[in-house]
Amino acid sequence: MNKTMKEDVSIVLSGEAGQGIQTIERLLTFILKREGYYVFATKEYMSRVRGGSNSTEIRVSSKPVKSYVDKIDILIPLTKSSVEHLGDRVNEDTLIIADNDSLKLENKNLFNVPILSIAKEIGNEIYANIVAVGVILGLFKINIKTIEEYLRERFGDKGEKIVSDNIKAASEGYKLGKDFSENGEIKIEISANETLKDDLLISGTDAVALGALAGNCDSIFSYPMTPGSGVLVDLANFSKNFDILVEQAEDEIAAINMAIGGWYAGARSMVTTSDGGFALMEEGLSLAGMIESPLVIHLAQRPAPATGLPTRTAQEGLNLVIHSGHGEFPRLVFAPGNLEQAFYLTQQAFNIADKYQIPVFILTDQFFVDSYYNVKKLDLSKIENKKYFVETGEDYKRYDLSKAENGVSPRGIPNFGKGLIIVDSDEHDEEGHLTEDLDIRIKMVEKRLQKYDALKDDFVSPEFFGNRNYKYLLVCWGSNYNVVKEAIENIDNKDLAMLHFSQVFPFPENAVEFLENAEKIIDVENNATGQFAKLIRAETGIKIDSKILKFNGMPFSVEELTAKIREELQ
Amino acid sequence: MSERKNIFSLENEKELDIAWCPGCGNFGILNILKKALEEMEEITPNNFVLVSGIGQAAKIPHYFKNNAFNGLHGRALPVAFAIKSTNPDLYVVAESGDGDMYGEGGNHFIHNIRRNVDITNIVHDNRVYGLTKGQASPTSQQGMVTPVQVNGVILNPFNPIAVAIANGATFVARAFVGDIQSTKEIIKKAIRHKGYSLIDLFQPCVTFNKINTYAWFNEHTYKLGEDYDPSDKMQALQMAFQEDKIPLGIIYEEKGKPTFEEQLTIYKQNKEPLFKRNIDVNKLEGFINSMR
Repeated sequence: MNKTMKEDVSIVLSGEAGQGIQTIERLLTFILKREGYYVFATKEYMSRVRGGSNSTEIRVSSKPVKSYVDKIDILIPLTKSSVEHLGDRVNEDTLIIADNDSLKLENKNLFNVPILSIAKEIGNEIYANIVAVGVILGLFKINIKTIEEYLRERFGDKGEKIVSDNIKAASEGYKLGKDFSENGEIKIEISANETLKDDLLISGTDAVALGALAGNCDSIFSYPMTPGSGVLVDLANFSKNFDILVEQAEDEIAAINMAIGGWYAGARSMVTTSDGGFALMEEGLSLAGMIESPLVIHLAQRPAPATGLPTRTAQEGLNLVIHSGHGEFPRLVFAPGNLEQAFYLTQQAFNIADKYQIPVFILTDQFFVDSYYNVKKLDLSKIENKKYFVETGEDYKRYDLSKAENGVSPRGIPNFGKGLIIVDSDEHDEEGHLTEDLDIRIKMVEKRLQKYDALKDDFVSPEFFGNRNYKYLLVCWGSNYNVVKEAIENIDNKDLAMLHFSQVFPFPENAVEFLENAEKIIDVENNATGQFAKLIRAETGIKIDSKILKFNGMPFSVEELTAKIREELQ
Repeated sequence: MSERKNIFSLENEKELDIAWCPGCGNFGILNILKKALEEMEEITPNNFVLVSGIGQAAKIPHYFKNNAFNGLHGRALPVAFAIKSTNPDLYVVAESGDGDMYGEGGNHFIHNIRRNVDITNIVHDNRVYGLTKGQASPTSQQGMVTPVQVNGVILNPFNPIAVAIANGATFVARAFVGDIQSTKEIIKKAIRHKGYSLIDLFQPCVTFNKINTYAWFNEHTYKLGEDYDPSDKMQALQMAFQEDKIPLGIIYEEKGKPTFEEQLTIYKQNKEPLFKRNIDVNKLEGFINSMR
């Protein structure tokens, strides 16, 4: 059996929760990136701590890869059921490298590698994942010294025995992989580029958390909920190096009220959660609206309603964030499409929230936060933070109408200046005291809503990709940026273009021209009802009839989306 | 002292349209708190924040001259916690009724005791829901007939003192608004106590609670004597369960336990509140580069 793979290889490792699939993902992507490859990794997993079937897809390429593919070139199953779990994605082109003495698989493309027995010989079945890492790195003929170096860095603090066992496991696997490569059975031909070793390799979670840090976030209050809690964990780790107050709240209701309390005292606070957690925070959002508090909310979506599919992906939270909270008050919703956007938009979110005294959302999803790929650079020279609170005088009034510009009255904070800072969830007068004066009510509502006009001047424009003389316009938002882009590149049709929205609300007005210029608009979303298409209709009157919707909990794959777009073009 | 007189009073105090019924216990609490604050030289309207939830008691910040956060029902404690922990220079009092703190906010009550953040929690305990017209509150006594509990309250009353002590609260007191002097001294001690302090403050609802009246509280309470040792936790717990004659005073006090904010690394080297701090972009750049 001979097989040659060129330019772009998709490797999938699959096993039970607890078998170290995530460790493999980390090790392989980092080592391969260091060796000068473009990598992309994403995982899918079940909502359990042990057992089940989880997998990680690692794409390795000579050009940037940032999206999920169905095809599996090489599969390394650590359990028998994982092959079945992956279903149609395992086909006659898929090579399977497995310990078949224990798994007993029947497949003509099978390479029997005694992964488990090697691990047992080293001392523990737990090393099976590291042996598998070794096999793959052997196929790529990575310098064994690089692997040793990395394992030493990674496991160094766990003691010499652990390090040497890991190195042994990797080396044994490595020899076997290299043999397959040298005897021509499996050939991988991807050109490496030395300069890529300086790329960053970060996940969506990292991008949001680093963006928060860059936006001067100094406090995070959250209740853990998959897939949003990664940002809480990241910031907790960053708090070893930076001044961040991290508190795990007793529930989501506490978390959002804490974040609002933090902003009241002048801190830059955020919460991170998922749709279900945010549902609990809704009243707090409304409080932020009433007292005109800045607030930053990261919401990583997952399939709902209720507990839904806790570890899968979706874009079902758009209506929730746009319509949540009782009453009428302004808000802004960012939905970053790639890691760079996630970093810069999260950083900006803190300043926009502060400037306009409104809640700002960063809307991501499970697929987005759990995906990794090469990022050239995060440019910190662009970073500008401004704290908008003012030193108050004795006659300070929190909701001073005479000093309000675009509905924004200067925000004071306690004990900074001579003024008193009074806020109330009731309708209030200029000082902040509760009132039932209905004339003041009208003035305050108008003041708050006036911010929408100012926000419209400050929107983040949608990103256009493709030929300017397009006939067909693919409309997408959030995490579908990369997959739509790759599908367009595959189709290579000059009539086709993409418009991606990283600010979904308020709806950017300059998008209208793009929409009107299309002969046909095709909406791409990970939900069942086309929430964004409906928003476009509500905001612009433009009705989108063609929709490509996916809502089974998995992201669009490049092949699937390419095929569906082709159908729409006929 | 005289120059501090009325510094917590609003200029238009006399014209204030106060929402409470004539004779309401909340008036007493308002006056006692003002006096206590006037007597505490370290506190000014600027470095003091009064946080409340929803309900009649929760309106108290509006009748005061100070920083105020009148938030959502049951959510005073998370807000107070965050204000204090992001700016430890501030004195923070969370004040609301028994429904707000023990009912709607029960989860926050339990967990903020565990946090031991340096705030004072004053609960106006009138054993009834006043603002919504007389339904049972978590502390209503069994048998009390209300518009909803038409055959009398069945549920066990919530025991804030026992819950607080059991969860590790370091200052737990019970007071009665009818005893102005003692209540004022308890408030001062509670605010000066390092860590979370609870004052369950009895106050009659003259409109909706016809059982727990001024006379009832006078008859069913007694002051703890000079010889009472509040550092004895087991004895304090026993006090928490006294029902026929309810003890007033500092029931439990533990000194020296580190507060939430004292244990945070962010304040170990640098005492500045968070609003004064900025991210060091160069350091961040180095940090991001180290992730390569």
